[in-house]
Amino acid sequence: MMNFDYVRPANVADAIAAASEKGASYLASGTNLLDLMKGGVSRPSRLVDVTRLPGLDRIERLADGSLRIGTLVRNADLAHDAEFARTYPAVAEALLSGASAQLRNAATVGGNLMQRTRCAYFYDAGSACNRRWPGAGCDALQGENRLHAVLGWSEGCIATHPSDFCVPLVALDAIVEIEGKSGRRELPLEALHRLPGETPERETALERGDLIVALRLPAEAKDFAGHARYVKVRERTSYAFAVVSAAAALRIEHGKIREARLGLGGVAAKPWRAREAEQVLAGAAPDAAVYSEAARAALSDAKPSGDNAFKIELAQRILVRALTLAAAGTPDRIPALPGSPFSSVAGA
Amino acid sequence: MNLPLSLTINGVRREIVLDDPRVTLLDLLRERLDLTGTKKGCDRGQCGACTVLVDGRRINSCLALAISHDGAEITTIEGVGHGGELHPVQAAFIAHDGFQCGFCTPGQIMSGIGLIQEGQAGDDPERVRECMSGNLCRCGAYQGITEAVLEAQSNMTASKQRRSA
Ligand SMILES: Cc1cc2nc3c(=O)[nH]c(=O)nc-3n(C[C@H](O)[C@H](O)[C@H](O)COP(=O)(O)OP(=O)(O)OC[C@H]3O[C@@H](n4cnc5c(N)ncnc54)[C@H](O)[C@@H]3O)c2cc1C
Ligand code: SF4
Ligand code: FES
Ligand code: FES
Repeated sequence: MMNFDYVRPANVADAIAAASEKGASYLASGTNLLDLMKGGVSRPSRLVDVTRLPGLDRIERLADGSLRIGTLVRNADLAHDAEFARTYPAVAEALLSGASAQLRNAATVGGNLMQRTRCAYFYDAGSACNRRWPGAGCDALQGENRLHAVLGWSEGCIATHPSDFCVPLVALDAIVEIEGKSGRRELPLEALHRLPGETPERETALERGDLIVALRLPAEAKDFAGHARYVKVRERTSYAFAVVSAAAALRIEHGKIREARLGLGGVAAKPWRAREAEQVLAGAAPDAAVYSEAARAALSDAKPSGDNAFKIELAQRILVRALTLAAAGTPDRIPALPGSPFSSVAGA
Repeated sequence: MNLPLSLTINGVRREIVLDDPRVTLLDLLRERLDLTGTKKGCDRGQCGACTVLVDGRRINSCLALAISHDGAEITTIEGVGHGGELHPVQAAFIAHDGFQCGFCTPGQIMSGIGLIQEGQAGDDPERVRECMSGNLCRCGAYQGITEAVLEAQSNMTASKQRRSA
């Protein structure tokens, strides 16, 4: 690990100033950043520790019905907040399907959003990777690429974004609150992560020094509480990243789907919002035929980026499964194996 | 660069000066404080051998920067027994053969203690397995581990009820 300066600013303004210098990086719990630093993939010259910044560890219900989650709220605390889990069940299920209990106890909201791809060539400092080193080439193109992207990729980079949390969030129109050198701004989560195009090294819309201070769920996100699920296929039942995942949230009235929200994970360099599929579902009666049609629409632009054509079919099946489970109704309690299609709990 | 930090480790306050900010909590415990009960398996957050409690919560000490935890209370496997008496989770691991080689065991036990405090799993073995999935065991002692955590939890609940009765 390269050596660095360690600073622990007392407030947000000092943090932004300290992180605006070239080579500086924010440190939250470090469960992704330290891992990358150990491998020589990230080499910050300064770490700006944000974990003591005041006021960023709260969950607030705002007067307009929205929910504001401070960036330092730990993944486990959010998922286990009973009211949160009741109101945004797919988000809680996605959180609990990610990583391990130890990692969720540490991981922060901002760190989860900003975690880097798990592409093995990105992780191996000896491989060519455009994301790490613009212009170097991409060893994944001819390498082990079963788990790489099928949507929104370019010849420059075929990596996926690994977060589970982000998948239901993007479906529910979550908003990211950012503080930076020129003040505060906000961004739909959908616009936080960038598709690779010609510049895969530009992973997000954040500029140097920008600090995520909070995440907001708009009031409408509550309307899906009764019919919301997250389904995640992994190579083992627990403690593994998604091969493919789907979040489905439905508003069902008088036997018809009034509104649908769909997100896909493990398919692209960003959490993928499947808007065409949502349109297919709007106004329809919830049944298997319309779920399949929606799933086809969601993947209609998909293309294998390597040895991963199977993911296109798998993503459709997982979307159908997520829709079927969501339509059946959110269970009273998150299943024993959150997100798992293999849960032995009835109806899970 | 000298970085002072103060930690309460197994109930004892320690004033420490780091000469390097890169030291993880795991390396601090093992290499500088001689608390080698906490194990280093992968050093990358993938195995759980390094699990300790920080302010009562289980985390992977290999992916935690020591300096970032200035002021924290740390509990390691060395701090869970009292005098000659084992912690109920330790006793249950012995009773249920919750290990073979023992390498993963300190992490398993710390994780089990954390799990019981979190109170999310109840007496459902499937929830216990899921909530222990962050601890790998290459000897495959999972059956015994699950039974040990379940039994320790029910013993601890029972003795808590006795004490409050
Ligand atoms: C073995 C293992 C398995 C995992 N499995 C999963 C999984 O199945 N699903 C899943 O979703 N995740 C998984 N993760 C990833 C885990 O969720 C992330 O490591 C964690 O969420 C990162 O949070 P952190 O607070 O530790 O961030 P850090 O590691 O501290 O930071 C991560 C990045 O975010 C930046 N950052 C942090 N906070 C801010 C902020 N407020 N503003 C701007 N930038 C910020 C940092 O500069 C850094 O680049 C796994 C991790 C490991 C090690
Ligand atoms: S897929 Fe992207 S992250 Fe992976 S090696 Fe290629 S450029 Fe790097
Ligand atoms: S040594 Fe920390 S998780 Fe393996
Ligand atoms: S007892 Fe040997 S690794 Fe678990």
